[in-house]
Amino acid sequence: MIAYPRWKIALVAIVLLLGIFLAVPNLFGEENALQLARDRAAVIDSDRTAVEKILKDSGVTPSGAFLEQGRLTLRFSNKQDQLKARDLINEARPGQFTVALSQASRVPEWMRNLGLSPVKLGLDLRGGVYLVYQVDVQGAVKQLLDRHEQDFRASLRAARVPYQDVVVDYPADRVRVLFNDADGFTKGKAAILADNRNMTLTDTTVGGAPALELKLTPQDIKEREDYAVQQNIVILRNRLNSPELAVSEPQVARQGVDRIAIQLPGLQNSAEVKKILGKTATLEFRMVDESNNPLEAAGTGRVPLGSKLYYTRDKQPVLLKRDVVVTGDQLTDASFQPNTQDGPAVSVSLDARGAAKMLKNTQENLGHLMAVVFIDRSREKNAQGVDVDRTTEEVINRATIRGVFSNNFMISGVNPIEGRELALLLRAGGLAAPLTPVEERAIGPSLGQDNIDKGVHAMVFGMLAAFIFMAVYYKVFGLIADLTLAANVILLTALLSLLGAALTLPGIAAVVLTVGMAVDANILIYERIREELRIGVSPRAAITAGFDRAFSAIFDSNVTAFIAGLVLWLFGAGAVRGFAVVLMLGIVTSMFTAVMGSRALVQVIYGGKRKIDHLSI
Amino acid sequence: MEFFHKVTRFPFMHTRKVWYGLSAALIIASIGLVVFRGLNLGVDFTGGVVVETNFTQAPNIEGLRTALQKAGVANAQVQVFGSSRDILVRLPPDPNAKGDQIGAHILEVFTAVAPGVKLQSTAVVGPQVGQELFVKGGWALFATLVLILIYVLFRFTPKLALGAILAVLHDPICVIGFFALSQMTFDLTAIAAILAVIGYSLNDTVIVFDRIRERARTARRLSISQVIDESINQTLSRTLMTKLVTLLVVLALLFFGGETLHAFSAALVIGILAGTYSSIYISSALALDLGLRTDDLLERKSTKPEEVDGLP
Repeated sequence: MIAYPRWKIALVAIVLLLGIFLAVPNLFGEENALQLARDRAAVIDSDRTAVEKILKDSGVTPSGAFLEQGRLTLRFSNKQDQLKARDLINEARPGQFTVALSQASRVPEWMRNLGLSPVKLGLDLRGGVYLVYQVDVQGAVKQLLDRHEQDFRASLRAARVPYQDVVVDYPADRVRVLFNDADGFTKGKAAILADNRNMTLTDTTVGGAPALELKLTPQDIKEREDYAVQQNIVILRNRLNSPELAVSEPQVARQGVDRIAIQLPGLQNSAEVKKILGKTATLEFRMVDESNNPLEAAGTGRVPLGSKLYYTRDKQPVLLKRDVVVTGDQLTDASFQPNTQDGPAVSVSLDARGAAKMLKNTQENLGHLMAVVFIDRSREKNAQGVDVDRTTEEVINRATIRGVFSNNFMISGVNPIEGRELALLLRAGGLAAPLTPVEERAIGPSLGQDNIDKGVHAMVFGMLAAFIFMAVYYKVFGLIADLTLAANVILLTALLSLLGAALTLPGIAAVVLTVGMAVDANILIYERIREELRIGVSPRAAITAGFDRAFSAIFDSNVTAFIAGLVLWLFGAGAVRGFAVVLMLGIVTSMFTAVMGSRALVQVIYGGKRKIDHLSI
Repeated sequence: MEFFHKVTRFPFMHTRKVWYGLSAALIIASIGLVVFRGLNLGVDFTGGVVVETNFTQAPNIEGLRTALQKAGVANAQVQVFGSSRDILVRLPPDPNAKGDQIGAHILEVFTAVAPGVKLQSTAVVGPQVGQELFVKGGWALFATLVLILIYVLFRFTPKLALGAILAVLHDPICVIGFFALSQMTFDLTAIAAILAVIGYSLNDTVIVFDRIRERARTARRLSISQVIDESINQTLSRTLMTKLVTLLVVLALLFFGGETLHAFSAALVIGILAGTYSSIYISSALALDLGLRTDDLLERKSTKPEEVDGLP
C-alpha cells in the first residue's frame, strides 16, 4: 500500500461533489423574463399572487416566478408571452411596477431556494451599459460649510444676538462668526453652542473684533466626503428603481475614493437614464422679503442684509429671505398631478422635521408670500476644457400663505415635462454632491453573444489541446491529469457561482490560463516521478517522492502568480478585475485538484495493488 | 512518449555571456522601439471615444472616412478590426462628448453609406480617467515586482532573489517592445497579460531555483556553476513541457478568442517565450555573477537555543 490518508481521499470526494452541486445551476440556460420592481419598496408575496392572477386570467402562464432582492422575476417560454405579459401588467396596474424585459435562468425553484444560482455574466458578455461618475466631494464639503453658516445665523437671530457677519472661507475649510464686541461674543457663543452641542469652536479675533471659528478637521472632511459618495449611491439606486426608468438589475457601487460605477445589464439606450441620473434638481421654500424693493436691489446690485436676489422664469427680480424654510431633502414623497385647477402641479409630502418647520412658518406668516425656488445644477466644460458648475436657480412659484399647512401640499407653476421629472427627482432624493460622467461603455447584445461564443470556443479548443497532449505524453497519468483538469473547471465554476463574481471575457481567458497552471503542477509532479524512476527508485517510492518533492516548487510558483493576480485585482478596473478574480480562484482550485486530487486518484488506481511493476507514465 | 529521455547536459553557465548579449540587445531594441516608435495606447489610457460597428458586407473604408468628414466628425480614425466587416472608429477625447449621441451619430452616417450596419459597442473614457488608469497600470507592475521580490527574498537568498527579479524585468520589457513594434493597441488587458507573464516567468525561475537549492544541499562536491547547470538541465524537460501546453492554450485564445482578447493573447505568447528564455538562460546566470555560493543555499542552523525550553 502507498501511504495516503483515507480522509484526504474522502475530502477530495466531498469537495468535488459539493462543487458539482454548486456548478449544476449553470446547465439550465436562460429564457425571456420580466423583472418587476416597485418604487422604493420591495415587491412582496401578495404582489406576486396578484400579478400571477392577472396573467392567469388572460391565459398567459409564466414558466417560473421568484422573488429576489425585492424584485419579482417572471420567466416565459417564448418572446410573445413575455411581451404580452408586460402589457397586461402595465394595463392592470398602471404605474405600480417598473416592468423591465430581461433574461433569467431556468434553474428550478427548489435549487434557487437553496441559494444556488448560475455564474453571473459581465457586461461584455451580456451587453449593457457601464457608467462611471465622479462625485464632486469638494462641493459636498462646501455645502457642509454653507449649512453651518446658515445654522449659525439662525441661532444668533433666534437668541437676538447682534453680530457683524458670518463668513465662509472654502479653501481654509472654516466658518467664522464676527462679533461687534465682547458681550455679543459671549452671548453668541452660548447661543451657538446651545444649538450645536458637540461642536468644537475656537475663539479668535479678526481685525480687532472678537470672533468665533469653526474649522473642519481632516476627519470631518473625510466623513463628509464618504457621506456624499454613500448618499449619492443610495440616491442613484432610488432613481434607477423608479417606474419612469425600466431597467433590470441595476448595480451601483463605489469605485475608489470619489467615483461611482453603475452597471445596467441589457440596457441599450443610455440617454434617458443618464439624463435622470446626473440631475441635481431640487427645491427650496423661502419667504419673500416684502419690505424691500427687488427692482432697486437688481438695479444697484446692493442686496439688503439677510436677503438674496432671485429671478422668476420671466426674468422678474424677487428678493427672498436668506433662511430656507424647507429644503428638497426634507421631502418624503412627490407625485405629478397633470390637471389641477392651477394647471400641472407637483404634490409633495414632507418629513416630520420639514412638516414642523412648515407648520411653524405658515402659522407665523399667514397672509405673507412664500416662494418655491427650483435649483438645477449642471456641470459643463468651458472653452478651456475646465469643469464649470452652472447653477440655475429660478423662482417657479410665489403664493400667499392662505392657510396653515404642514406635511402635504401642492406646488404649481411647473410645465408637464419638468413636473414629471421633478416628481421623480424629489422622490428619489437630491444628490449630496454633483456628479460628472467620466467613463461610459455600451456593449450591444450581439457583441455580447459573439464574445460568449468566442470565449467558449477558445476554452474548448484550448482545453482539448491540453487534454490530448497530456494523455499522449503521460498515458494513464495524463488521463489522471485530464480528470483533475476537468474537476478544476467544475470547482472554479462552482466558486464563481457561489461568490456571485461576474464572469467577463478576460475572466474566460483566466479560466483557460488556470488550466495551463493546473497542467503545470501535474507536469512538475510527473516529471519528478519520471526522474525518480530513471535513477532506479521503485515505482511506489517514485510516486511518493514525486508528489512530495514537487510540492514546494508548485507552491512557490503559484504564490507568485497569486501575487500578480492580487495586485491586478487591487489596481484594475472593470473587465480586468474579472480576470484577476478568476485567476486567483483558479490558482486555489488548480492547486487543490493537481496536488490533492491527482494524488487521491493515483491512490485509488495504484494504492490497492500489492506490487507495482510498471507505471504508465 | 517522452521527448527528453536522457537528462540533457547543455553548458548554460559557460555560454552565459552570449545570452547576456542577446538579452541586452532585446532590451535595448525594446526600449528603442518604445522611445522612437511609441506605443499605440488604447482608449483606456488616452481617453476618447471608440465606436465599434458591424457591416453586412465589407465596406469601403475611404468612403466611410469621407462620409464622417462631411458629417462634421473631425479627427476620426477609421480602421478594420477582426474581420473586414468590423469597423472601429476612434475619436480623440472631447470634453463635451456624449457617448450615446456619438455612437448614434456615427451609426446614422454609416447607415447612409451602407444600410444594415449595426452598432456593436461604444466606449467613452474621460482623459483624466485614462491618465489615472495608465498611472495605476504602472503602479500595478511596480507593486507586483516589489511583492514578488519580497516573497522570493523570504523563500530564497538575496542573490537568487535579485537574479530572479532582474530576469523577470526582462520579460515585460520585451512584451512592451513587441507592442511598440507591432503597433497593436496597448490597453488594460495588455497590462493584465504582462502581470500574468510576470507570474508565469517567475514560476519557471522559482522552479529552477528550487532545484538549485535542493542540488546544492545534496551534491556538495560540485561547484556552484555545475550545480546550476545540472539543475537547469534537470528541470528543462518540465520547463519546456509546461510552456508548450500553456502556449497551446494561449494560441487557442489568440485564434478563437476574438478581437477583444487579441492583444491580450499576443502579449501572453511573447511573454511566455521571453519568460521561458529568461528563466533558463538569464536568472540563474545573474545569480551566479552576483556571487552566489553553495554556502548561501545550505540550510541555516539556528544558533539560538530553543526558546520553549528556556521558559520558566
